[in-house]
Amino acid sequence: MKTSYPLVIIGAGPAGMAAAQVAAAQGVEVAVIDEQAQPGGQIYRNVDSSPLADAQLLGRDYLLGKPQVQAFRHTPIEYFPASAVWYLDRNREIGLLHQAEHRRIEAGSIVIACGAQERPMPIPGWQLPGVMTAGAGQILLKSAALVPSQPPVLAGSGPLMLLLAWQYLRAGVGVRAIVDTTPRHNRLQAMLRLPRALAAAEYLYKGLKLISAIKRARIPWYLEARNLCADGDEQLQRLRFDSRGGAVEIETGLLQLHQGVIPALQLADAAGCEMRWSEMQQCWQPLVDAWGESSIAGVFIAGDAAGIGGARAAALAGQLAGLQVAFRQNRIGQQQRNRLARPLQIALRRHLAIRPFLDSYYRIDNDAQLSDGTTLVCRCEEISAAEIDAVAALGCSGPNQAKAFTRCGMGHCQGRFCGASVEILLARHRACSVADIGRFTTRPPLKPVTLGQLAAASGDQS
Amino acid sequence: MFRRLEDSAPERIEIEIDGEPVLVPAGISLAAALFYLDAMPSRRTQLSASPRAAFCMMGACFECLLEVEGEGSQRACQLQVRPGLRAWRQLDPLEPGANS
Ligand code: FES
Repeated sequence: MKTSYPLVIIGAGPAGMAAAQVAAAQGVEVAVIDEQAQPGGQIYRNVDSSPLADAQLLGRDYLLGKPQVQAFRHTPIEYFPASAVWYLDRNREIGLLHQAEHRRIEAGSIVIACGAQERPMPIPGWQLPGVMTAGAGQILLKSAALVPSQPPVLAGSGPLMLLLAWQYLRAGVGVRAIVDTTPRHNRLQAMLRLPRALAAAEYLYKGLKLISAIKRARIPWYLEARNLCADGDEQLQRLRFDSRGGAVEIETGLLQLHQGVIPALQLADAAGCEMRWSEMQQCWQPLVDAWGESSIAGVFIAGDAAGIGGARAAALAGQLAGLQVAFRQNRIGQQQRNRLARPLQIALRRHLAIRPFLDSYYRIDNDAQLSDGTTLVCRCEEISAAEIDAVAALGCSGPNQAKAFTRCGMGHCQGRFCGASVEILLARHRACSVADIGRFTTRPPLKPVTLGQLAAASGDQS
Repeated sequence: MFRRLEDSAPERIEIEIDGEPVLVPAGISLAAALFYLDAMPSRRTQLSASPRAAFCMMGACFECLLEVEGEGSQRACQLQVRPGLRAWRQLDPLEPGANS
């Protein structure tokens, strides 16, 4: 294994695979690092090695990833699957854990294509066994052909929740209930953006198809749900909530939560990329130019890691980043770059045309979040919303101070599942936008690495 | 909590959970295997001994931590099962790793 590459791509989902293919086709020497054992990212997980007898049940969009994954497997690159980046800095130095060994790699350019994570949906009891994310349910289906033994309850808001319900219906599992938290007043805002969304009408058509299939199956669908509470002792036993003024209680052993996805920012943070708050998507995003280059020269961010756009947009953004890297490394001229980029840019604009509609339709209502002080904000260190409220009342200035006071965000997940909640609570206290609150500082190790692994590596290299 | 769709690949392999031999579908993650076996909770927290299980299945939440082949706190959702694999649930919060 070499210690330096002209281009290192982190993540082998749609954006990372596309960036690798384009850059390699122009003669750039590429290494691709991915946490998963198989290429495809979460979206195309196991698409060419499905454990399902009939992967069609997952839908056509999933199968669209198959040719891309197969083409990626034949792309001449160095590929490090099942590997984690635990260190990254602004000088494009990477600490890699590959086969339980630490390696240091220097990169000429980096494309961060690590995708999204689910937006945390903290409710009382969300830490109980029997509660998981909708994404987790989908991963169990895609990668292990596992489906719930009993019809589950799906709660939250967003396309992924509806897609999972549709897939469970097709798999013959059924769904006990959909507990929909989408705020009613979002509709008007979304309708205003409908004309533009018509440029990407296939997304609307697919959404309507899912919704009508779910309605035909007569799944109980509770609207405007609030004050969700998962209840149980050793495991989940029931979900309680209010829907349109009435209190509802459903006995269930499995609850799958979802309220959209947000960019996974740890790598961009570690590289020191500048971030901005997106009011529309209600999340932080790295600042990038039209090619995906961040505020740190030579560090590109493509796909959902730069802002949520979906798999097709991610692949196009990956291709654009790949072209720009090839141009910077004098593999192609400016004219050729522009000529190749033109159709990609047009297609990208079209795929992104649906976003303002989707983002406003499924925009989360921050005021409805964390209404119960007993809710665990930080699952790792077991810090409740009331504890964050208490330090906010003492005048705590921002997430990093809240972390120092309470240990919130200091656990294993390093704030991935509490950062957004802490921001919301502090913003509520100060009656300001999350944009003014700021965020947790990310520090390496980004993924667990042992001292033994580091010591072994320094022994090798000395 | 979860079952395997009947019509998919039938191959099963033997692994060991908490010292007990069990059969699980080949090619799945260790965290998926625990759902398949209904081995809940998959751990208890050190702070309050509260029960937990895999939550995100994509390596981000660290709720699926298990002791695997003598190494504590491994993310079970990021590990594939293989024949003979030995894993222990970290159910005794006072003594993590006491099983090895
Ligand atoms: S289940 Fe979240 S890290 Fe494994």
